Amino acid sequence: LLAAAQEAAGDPTVEVMAGACTFCHGPDGNGLGAATPSIAGLPVETFEYMMQSYREDMNPSTVMGRIARGYDDEQITALAVYFGDKPFERLPQPWIDQALVAEGKDLAAEYCESCHENEGRDGEGVGILAGQKLQYMRFSVADFLSGAREMERRQARKFRDLMDDHGPDGFEKILNYYASVK
Amino acid sequence: AGLPHIARAAGPRFVVVGGGPAGATTAKYLKRMDPAAEVTLIEANPTYTTCFMSNEVLAGDRDIATLQVGYDGLRGHGVTVVHDRVTGIDADAKTVATAGGESLAYDRVVVAPGIDFRYDAIEGYSAEAAEVMPHAWKAGPQTTLLRQQLEAMDDGGTVIVSGPPNPFRCPPGPYERISLIAHYLKRHKPRSKILVLDAKDKFSKMPLFLQAWEQFYGYGTDNSMIEWVSKTDGGTVTAVNPATMEVTAVAGTFKGDVVNIIPPQKAGALAFEAGLVEDGWAPVNKGTFESLVTPGVHVLGDSSVAASMPKSGSSANSQAKAAAAGALALAKGEAPPVPHLANACYSIGGPDFGFSVAAVYAYDDFENALKPVAGAGGVSPLDAGAEARRRELFYAHSWFENIKADIWG
Ligand SMILES: Cc1cc2nc3c(=O)[nH]c(=O)nc-3n(C[C@H](O)[C@H](O)[C@H](O)COP(=O)(O)OP(=O)(O)OC[C@H]3O[C@@H](n4cnc5c(N)ncnc54)[C@H](O)[C@@H]3O)c2cc1C
Ligand code: HEC
Ligand code: HEC
Repeated sequence: LLAAAQEAAGDPTVEVMAGACTFCHGPDGNGLGAATPSIAGLPVETFEYMMQSYREDMNPSTVMGRIARGYDDEQITALAVYFGDKPFERLPQPWIDQALVAEGKDLAAEYCESCHENEGRDGEGVGILAGQKLQYMRFSVADFLSGAREMERRQARKFRDLMDDHGPDGFEKILNYYASVK
Repeated sequence: AGLPHIARAAGPRFVVVGGGPAGATTAKYLKRMDPAAEVTLIEANPTYTTCFMSNEVLAGDRDIATLQVGYDGLRGHGVTVVHDRVTGIDADAKTVATAGGESLAYDRVVVAPGIDFRYDAIEGYSAEAAEVMPHAWKAGPQTTLLRQQLEAMDDGGTVIVSGPPNPFRCPPGPYERISLIAHYLKRHKPRSKILVLDAKDKFSKMPLFLQAWEQFYGYGTDNSMIEWVSKTDGGTVTAVNPATMEVTAVAGTFKGDVVNIIPPQKAGALAFEAGLVEDGWAPVNKGTFESLVTPGVHVLGDSSVAASMPKSGSSANSQAKAAAAGALALAKGEAPPVPHLANACYSIGGPDFGFSVAAVYAYDDFENALKPVAGAGGVSPLDAGAEARRRELFYAHSWFENIKADIWG
């Protein structure tokens, strides 16, 4: 299936289909908007997982559940390959509070880096935090903390520790740092 | 005059008419999909003003400059951009004629002139009357005019807004406008009223708008800022008198301090001049957006009949990619791709109150239909809660930045 999808990445049918994502996510999946996440450069399995979990309502969303239900597994794989091939662009985020970044970097090293490796650029099945939209990451963290979005046990423990040790400010510092990574 | 001389390149020649969401996206994606293609975009104006987010300008929450885009982005992608008005298309000779006196040859032409108004449907309404009773349904000076009138109005005044019959550009647009005018009046002229005279009995995202109106503007109480008169209750506007600021609907004649007439609509004038229209809109093959009247000519965006896709910027942008891929394939004698498209429209009902409608469409070539994929799409849930509404406002503004970049960037 993957090989077929790989071939499909240059296929106009796939480019037309992906064109129904870019009016929200931006050209090639990278937008300037403050909140909608960039979807370029994700590992294929992570992208597929996100789409499937939106489709099944396993992952909270404002709109992606309604969108993802319009695509079958094969189409999702083709989209994952298409966007996975595009570079994740770290576009300017003028709303980042630079004063929080240095401390955020230290906190991230302590609480997050074990999974969100290489300054949040990669890691096994965790998406991309480096340069991701700050507002989107705030929404994601709020959903993790409220239980609306599921966390694995180790991640949940780190979130609890960070909250106990540093409170909501700790998250704010970390997210401003990750958003600022170039 | 002064069109650049165009040398015959190796790739097929495309002329795209209209640099709105439909035309500009098509021109850009033609070049992306085939860098050898020769793409000329002809647009009447050097600057385009988006209708989307123009209701926030009316509310005083946004500078109109943020709606304005130029065409250097497209030039950067290798599109030849010409500012001129197209006056006709000769489908036999395969040439496009402009007001500047030029004639451009094409292998395929894409026509995306947007909408025009059926002025004759409302007695007394005309382009001149719109200088007094603006439509503001093509953004630019009309938006500024309506904003100035709202600012100049005294507290306690009446704003009349007319809702057009289907089909028309941006089905939720009039109701977002009503919401955002109310949002402005509530803060600055709280004794004022909005009277909505509608040619319909229901409208897009109606339960969500009514929820916003109840939450923010007292809708349903004796103190409601908004009064909505449905078609059944006589809301259809039949005549206006700009001299007296009176609006006549089936239910009677009403006087407004500010009058916003959103007239019934039809395809842009060029679609008529080029003979592409039946029943007010251009019928097309919904896989490639090639005209069903004239082969070799593609029509998309608000001018075309792409029902069930609503006339929106998002629809136009999504359709444009199918039109570009389809026109390219047909120009090369290849089979066009089978499109899978989408639409999504955000609306703003009040402070921290955004919501959306979305749909995904699969092309059915047997029925020549873009069919909503079952189980997908729909509107934001009515019981979504304050946090979801707040997030959708963020996402609405993000959509605006990102679609501008995808079209003109
Ligand atoms: C108040 C309001 C709010 C809206 N909000 C949203 C929203 O939130 N989301 C959304 O998706 N959509 C929204 N829309 C709808 C959206 O603006 C339209 O659907 C979209 O502009 C259609 O694009 P188009 O390219 O078909 O036409 P247009 O945008 O009208 O573009 C046509 C272009 O062609 C040019 N042209 C016409 N004739 C000629 C000629 N003969 N020669 C040369 N050039 C010519 C015109 O100058 C124009 O630039 C809104 C509309 C309104 C009025
Ligand atoms: C109407 C706007 C809109 C459209 C169209 C849209 N998206 Fe999204 N997308 C969002 C929003 C908003 C989110 C954040 C989750 C939410 O609230 O829905 C998101 C999240 C995502 C994510 C998760 C990113 C991450 O790192 O967590 C992926 C993957 C994604 N979208 C893929 C797609 C694909 C593929 C398409 C087209 C088939 C698409 N989107 C179309 C708005 C949109
Ligand atoms: C033990 C592993 C682990 C640790 C530690 C961890 N995460 Fe994650 N994180 C994940 C996984 C797994 C996901 C993907 C969740 C999913 O699939 O829904 C994720 C996703 C996220 C996302 C959403 C990304 C997206 O694109 O949707 C954010 C934001 C995030 N983590 C922030 C943090 C922060 C902040 C910390 C430190 C306080 C942290 N994470 C620590 C495993 C971890």
